[in-house]
Amino acid sequence: MTMEQEAKEYTLSVLTEDKPGLLNRLTIIFSRRKININSLNVSSTEVAGVSRYTLVVTETKEHLEKVVKQIRKLVDVLGAFVYDEDQIFYQEIALYKVAARAFEQNGMIEKLVRNNGARIIALDKHHIIIEKTGTKHETHELYLALEPYGIWEFVRSGRVAISKSQRKTEAFIKELENSRSNKLSIKDF
Amino acid sequence: MEAIVEIEEKKKTVAGSESVLKCLLEENVDTIFGYPGGAIMPVYDSLYKYENKLNHVLTRHEQGAVHAAQGYARSSGKVGVCFATSGPGATNLITGIADAQIDSTPLVCITGQVASHLLGSDAFQETDIIGISMPVTKWNFQVTSAEEIPYAISRAFYIAASGRPGPVLIDITKNAQQELMEFDYKPCEKIRSYQPYPDIDGNKIIEASKLINEAKKPLVLVGQGVTLSGAENEFKAFIQKAGLPVASTLLGLSALSTKHPLYVGFTGMHGNYGPNLKTNECDLLIAVGMRFDDRVTGDVKTYAKQAKVIHIELDPAEIDKNVKTNVAINADAKQALKLLTPLVDERSHEKWLKEFSACDDAENEKVKSEALFPNKGELKMAEVIHRISQVTEGKSIVVTDVGQHQMVASRYYEFDQKKSNITSGGLGTMGFCLPAATGAKLGAPKRQVIAIIGDGGFQMTVQELGTIMQYDIDVKILILNNSFLGMVRQWQELFFERRYSFTEMVNPDFVALAKSYNISAQKVTERKELNTAIDGWLSTEGPALLEVIVEKEENVFPMVPAGSSVSDVRLE
Repeated sequence: MTMEQEAKEYTLSVLTEDKPGLLNRLTIIFSRRKININSLNVSSTEVAGVSRYTLVVTETKEHLEKVVKQIRKLVDVLGAFVYDEDQIFYQEIALYKVAARAFEQNGMIEKLVRNNGARIIALDKHHIIIEKTGTKHETHELYLALEPYGIWEFVRSGRVAISKSQRKTEAFIKELENSRSNKLSIKDF
Repeated sequence: MEAIVEIEEKKKTVAGSESVLKCLLEENVDTIFGYPGGAIMPVYDSLYKYENKLNHVLTRHEQGAVHAAQGYARSSGKVGVCFATSGPGATNLITGIADAQIDSTPLVCITGQVASHLLGSDAFQETDIIGISMPVTKWNFQVTSAEEIPYAISRAFYIAASGRPGPVLIDITKNAQQELMEFDYKPCEKIRSYQPYPDIDGNKIIEASKLINEAKKPLVLVGQGVTLSGAENEFKAFIQKAGLPVASTLLGLSALSTKHPLYVGFTGMHGNYGPNLKTNECDLLIAVGMRFDDRVTGDVKTYAKQAKVIHIELDPAEIDKNVKTNVAINADAKQALKLLTPLVDERSHEKWLKEFSACDDAENEKVKSEALFPNKGELKMAEVIHRISQVTEGKSIVVTDVGQHQMVASRYYEFDQKKSNITSGGLGTMGFCLPAATGAKLGAPKRQVIAIIGDGGFQMTVQELGTIMQYDIDVKILILNNSFLGMVRQWQELFFERRYSFTEMVNPDFVALAKSYNISAQKVTERKELNTAIDGWLSTEGPALLEVIVEKEENVFPMVPAGSSVSDVRLE
């Protein structure tokens, strides 16, 4: 198997116009090929009216490139980019709900929280809520550590990622606005 | 302050429903195919006043309307327009929209929708047509207030017709049709998130010209992209200068005359022997405006592996999708060819061309002589097509349905004029032909339109005989009747040990059926009657139907069985 054919985790960053229905337009491109989306996040960007979709999928590069080309064809998509893990900085946030009793019994949980760079964001007589930001691996580590104390509820956000590239969103969009490629034109060469 | 508000209100003089029609006139629409119903009634009511400006054709089913709009678009080169109501009206459009999407046909479909306060409530005839049509449209949009109508329709026409064309659906709620608005129309010229014409990379043009100038056994595949960009002349100049043999895809037929000395035939599953075989012997494959459909490539793992590949294609998503290219020119065919032709050397490839002739000889001996000139037995589809081709001198618009008759018509009709081939290629929609032919005639009224249909597909949209009758649309209809779903039967014979599972049909009296619609009709069963019948049928004034009873279990050859290599093209 070549690198191209090996399935691995990729992060997709899709810049779009902020329009209703776009989430559906995007996800049907994946579901049509029966590709599972590991995580998904939609957020606003520094440019008004522009949204950023961040998706994590496990796929072969070759397959994913075809998907990305189809995403770029969507009328309201401004740009779509695929990143390897080492091309981005990324984080996920996880919340854990643990019984307060477990916390009171000994100092173990407090120690776990401190050692894992997590923090307690709520505490009442029934339960405590712990928050941890990091990679999926890191939040999972804390999950495993808390598991013996009984986790009432666990939730993890989609990945948010920022690329290491020098591109500025605003400049990218300006370039699109000034592009002549909406008209039939031939670049001189 | 109040006075200002009053003035503002006074400007609102046009109902949303009327503004829909005004927008269509701004986009130079002259013909609409449609079917009324509750949620689109305001638009139809406005249409009553516009009867002398817009020609509305009432089809007999919404599927008929959308296929007719497709036929109209393909014969005229304009955007096809259709109307339908909400719910079932809208869902009945879906097959045609999907067909237009896969075959790159520009359409604007306008559907009525329940009032916006009822959206999502399962109101009468409410369906989420935006959700349903999303995967099969190039773009769609729901209008919920009258003000949005010009914006939506101007975008719709721009998106449908530019770049790689495709269908667009605009869903308009009933309240938006009834509200008053101030009408102001500006055609859409740019959408920042939509870049339909990429800048051409000059280096790719130079690289391609080098490969062409070095090639010893080049083969060109012409697709519908050439027709869609109106590049027939540029294409001819290109292949003539470089002396390149040309094979055509199904939708590429008629982009180059079949009589051109460099035309070597139709390629793909039931294409000619030479183009299929030589694809795996050429040293350079030049694909122009086509997308390497699996019906063209057979098994891609064994497709043209020995050759370098140049792909001229407007849609970047098609590049490297099915076949990896050495040089990809992401451009409109006309622009790319204009740049490429000056850089190619004047050459000829006589020896290589002769190899195609040798393949033709083999195909003639094994297939064509028997198919075209049988002197005994039942009538064959090919001889019927051949006669029609001769009588019309290859100058008619040929609209076909899907199946054996489609492959036979594509093989034996000798297209000699551009924009003459209208068929359902990618989706393979049975029932496409009859309505598409009516639309094609209205889109090209000066040309003769021949609808070639099997007995199965004819019955899928047979109701459109009513449309032909009402508007006296001059379509010449040929039914090649073998009382079978012939192509499925052929596969059952070849790959399912002749288990003819539900492919035999008991058919009605097609002649009597046509006559009940006041359409002149005739049936032929004997070879000796054929030529006279065809001549009479084609020279009839107005619509006419000819039913020809053909051999029941005839197979179409050559054939590249599904999933096989094009090298394994079978002659028998």
